[in-house]
Amino acid sequence: MPIPISYNVRNVIQRPWSTLATTIGIALVVAILIGAFALASGFQAALVETGSDSNAMVLRTGADSEISSGISLDAAHILKALPDVAPGPDGRPLVSADMVVLMNQPRLGQEGSSNVTVRGIDPPSLALRPRVKLVAGRMFAPGSDEVIVAQRIARRFAHCGIGDRLRFGQRDFTVVGQFTAGGSGFDSEVWGDNAVLMPALNREGAYQSVTFRMRDPSRFAELKRRLESDRRLGVEVRTERAWYAGQSRLMSTVLRAGGILITLIMAVGAIFGAMNTMYAAVGQRTREIAVLLTLGFTPGAVMRAFLFESVFPALIGGALGCLIALPINGVTTSTTNWSSFSEIAFAFRVTPAGMIAGLIFAAIMGAFGGFLPARQAARQSLAMTLRAG
Amino acid sequence: MALVEVKNVRKTYRREAEELTVLDGLSLEIAEGDFVALMGPSGSGKTTLLNLIGGVDQPSSGDVVVGGTRLTGLRGKQLARWRARNIGYIFQLYNLIPVLTALQNVELPLLLVKMSGKERRERARHALDIVGLEDRLKHFPRQLSGGQEQRVAIARAVVSDPTVLLADEPTGDLDRKAGADILTLLDRLNKEFKKTIVMVTHDPTAAERAHRRLHLDKGVLSNGPS
Repeated sequence: MPIPISYNVRNVIQRPWSTLATTIGIALVVAILIGAFALASGFQAALVETGSDSNAMVLRTGADSEISSGISLDAAHILKALPDVAPGPDGRPLVSADMVVLMNQPRLGQEGSSNVTVRGIDPPSLALRPRVKLVAGRMFAPGSDEVIVAQRIARRFAHCGIGDRLRFGQRDFTVVGQFTAGGSGFDSEVWGDNAVLMPALNREGAYQSVTFRMRDPSRFAELKRRLESDRRLGVEVRTERAWYAGQSRLMSTVLRAGGILITLIMAVGAIFGAMNTMYAAVGQRTREIAVLLTLGFTPGAVMRAFLFESVFPALIGGALGCLIALPINGVTTSTTNWSSFSEIAFAFRVTPAGMIAGLIFAAIMGAFGGFLPARQAARQSLAMTLRAG
Repeated sequence: MALVEVKNVRKTYRREAEELTVLDGLSLEIAEGDFVALMGPSGSGKTTLLNLIGGVDQPSSGDVVVGGTRLTGLRGKQLARWRARNIGYIFQLYNLIPVLTALQNVELPLLLVKMSGKERRERARHALDIVGLEDRLKHFPRQLSGGQEQRVAIARAVVSDPTVLLADEPTGDLDRKAGADILTLLDRLNKEFKKTIVMVTHDPTAAERAHRRLHLDKGVLSNGPS
């Protein structure tokens, strides 16, 4: 039979300051952990959400990023003419052969510059990627020196306001519109007409990728097999979503691992704090513990009770950590995506899974901190303790 | 057959290189319903004997049998369960749990037996009623006098209807009046509720309430003047 929880809760309340110190220590560790997870989740979501399961993305065999890919103009024509490409509302095939290039641009409001992804697209691109929506200005006119920029990029890079001019190669391009892309990777790009951008940037020989809406996404496996075995093409085919998920894996793993490392270092301090509190509690209550054992409570019950006294404030600390971390949800930041070496803007994403992980980690910290003192409590010699007045 | 049988018990403690013999081949029988006072100078082994009967400590050799159960054969969890069913302990310093109310302190031993919460509270109330504290149910130990605390401790000791009550200097920390009240209560528990009581005491007046007075000196037992 367990020792009643009210006994432990009241004992925890009896030492408010040491409990508060332990709780805050654990709360900060949990907040950092959730923050790191939110960073990784936000980054991952930005890229994964870039892609759709209905779109097929074609790159050169072996290419591990769009930058390193190349699809010849002939291969692109074959792909555009495939019967597997679904038509758009206007009857034209929903396909875009994209030119992708990194352009170094000065940052806004701070020194230095960073790479921005510039994408030359075909006109059906907006219908192909419905998450992309113009929020200011207008779409670039086909065949003109006009571009549209993602709103997130406009906040971080110079010359991205409507009417501003961006210099790519030897030509100036006028910004005529801004778009959002639902938090996806497109939110970090500049788009223009590939027919104009390719000659301007000396990229006339090849596209980097071809993306098309599949007429029947359920037949993707057969389509993939067919295109990859076509020796004229020399391509690999993935769903757009799978491609972007793969692109996010390295960076999000590094972000998570870095977060976990920092958290573990901080956790050692928090665990020692909890342990100190619990050793003091056990030291002050040796007689009380002896009485519980004399009454017939088992050493296991005593150990569980003291573990609870450690885990309970730790869980409160965990919940507090969740509350501390919550306001960062949605805050936008940016980093260089190591898979494409371009700047990617994304929002911290505090997820329920991240918060549950934080709570579990808090409980583990409490359990680690409480284990040795609780074991000491359960193992004390009854007769000797009762004798010591 | 005696309720408590202590058979040729030896208890030694090791202090650094030295071995201390606290009880030396001690034998004792206590009948059901008896009220025994254990007297003797400090260090004579009184509390050690009490702890052996209560299953709190184990003898170095010999046997302790209580209510037909050989305690020397029990270990850890079994011994804890046996104590919960058979022993009521009363300490000199009361040893109530400070964060629990009088009622919750008395309920504690009942958590170890299968019982509904309602029944548990009723029995704890009844025990506090017997010791005259029915109006102090929700008081915490710090809100009670020493005598009242010891009454709560007695209520806690009797609430699970144990076979034997063990009292270690139950009046040692109380003034004369409160001490006399506690002894009257123990006397009542023995006579009215037929509780077998073993009480360690230095106080001859307290010992007079017992049916038998046993003297321990250097781990050896002798019958005192009856």
